[in-house]
Amino acid sequence: MCTVCGCATKAKLDGRVMRAETVPDFTFPPVSTKAQQDHHHYGLGAAGVSVPGLSQQRLIQVETSILSKNDALAAGNRRLLGALGVLALNLVSSPGSGKTTLLCKTIEMLGSAPLAVIEGDQQTSADADRIRATGARALQINTGKGCHLDAQMVGRALADLRPQPGSLLFIENVGNLVCPAGFDLGEDAKVAVLSVTAGEEKPLKYPDMFTAARLAILNKVDLAPYCGVDLAAYEANLRRINPAIEIIRLSARTGDGMEPWLAWLRHALQEKQP
Amino acid sequence: MHELSLAEGIRSIVEDQARTHGFSRVTRLRLEIGRFAGVEKPALAFAWDVVMKGSPAEGAELEMCDLPGLALCYGCMKTVEIDSRLSPCPLCGGGKLIPQGGDEMRVKDMEVV
Repeated sequence: MCTVCGCATKAKLDGRVMRAETVPDFTFPPVSTKAQQDHHHYGLGAAGVSVPGLSQQRLIQVETSILSKNDALAAGNRRLLGALGVLALNLVSSPGSGKTTLLCKTIEMLGSAPLAVIEGDQQTSADADRIRATGARALQINTGKGCHLDAQMVGRALADLRPQPGSLLFIENVGNLVCPAGFDLGEDAKVAVLSVTAGEEKPLKYPDMFTAARLAILNKVDLAPYCGVDLAAYEANLRRINPAIEIIRLSARTGDGMEPWLAWLRHALQEKQP
Repeated sequence: MHELSLAEGIRSIVEDQARTHGFSRVTRLRLEIGRFAGVEKPALAFAWDVVMKGSPAEGAELEMCDLPGLALCYGCMKTVEIDSRLSPCPLCGGGKLIPQGGDEMRVKDMEVV
């Protein structure tokens, strides 16, 4: 039997015989309520917006940041670190600026202060091995093809590292002056490490990173006389990109200028205590 | 930078929305991208086709809308619109500016069936 009108004969559509079971079902949309019959108000549906030619259900207003998942995970890391009173610093730089050497020297000079290190690299555990050789706890993340650490990786690392309350946590990001700028890990501050051999114009070439950083460390100042570098120009370029940035000049290899950096760390750690 | 990760972020937003709103296919998706967001549009367009395969947004049209770059000038303490991160302040000519907006990257809306 035909499902539309109940007739028993074969209906035809475009000259083709329609068998009862192939006649498409058709139902009217639900009847509007009295209020809706009197007043058609567009722009109140799920989409909250009306576009001519589109039915109300077809345009969906999203307004969601592409990095919202990462940002939400970072907020979770930040809450955990805040509750523990752990000062987390995200060390960012180009490869070879001396981040690991700076960390090893820092750990050595801080003595018995409780701390942990998360190391991010595409491959190898070389950096975590160097940190562990100082006696500090370290966890290596290999990102494989990834160009940055993200909040999920750091969250997983925190679960395994279980940093001690009131301790320092250094997160050494993948050596890259571009991508790590956009990925919040839940850290208290980004610390950009710049080698004086890199060239004074680096802050101008990679402005996002130096805008995102609270502190810039000009490392390898012992090499400055040998490479004709203008340290004042470095600082001027950093301040042009980020007028609020703090700057410390040091040499992690010789230990020159380490004291202001250690004082900065102690002060920031104290501020973090609940 | 990392346009493939961004495309994967968009895919997960699409999948979340498909579950919430119960649609099966996206025909068009609009992104808002700030001038300072560091997004390379051709790279994102390339990653788009690859990453959306097998998702409700496979074959969907991607539209990218630019948002202006805003910065606070430390010279005149006014918020101004600038074209590039290294542009001087259009009001006072000062060179020290800190971005105040234009780093957005978000999915604005999508047309679905």
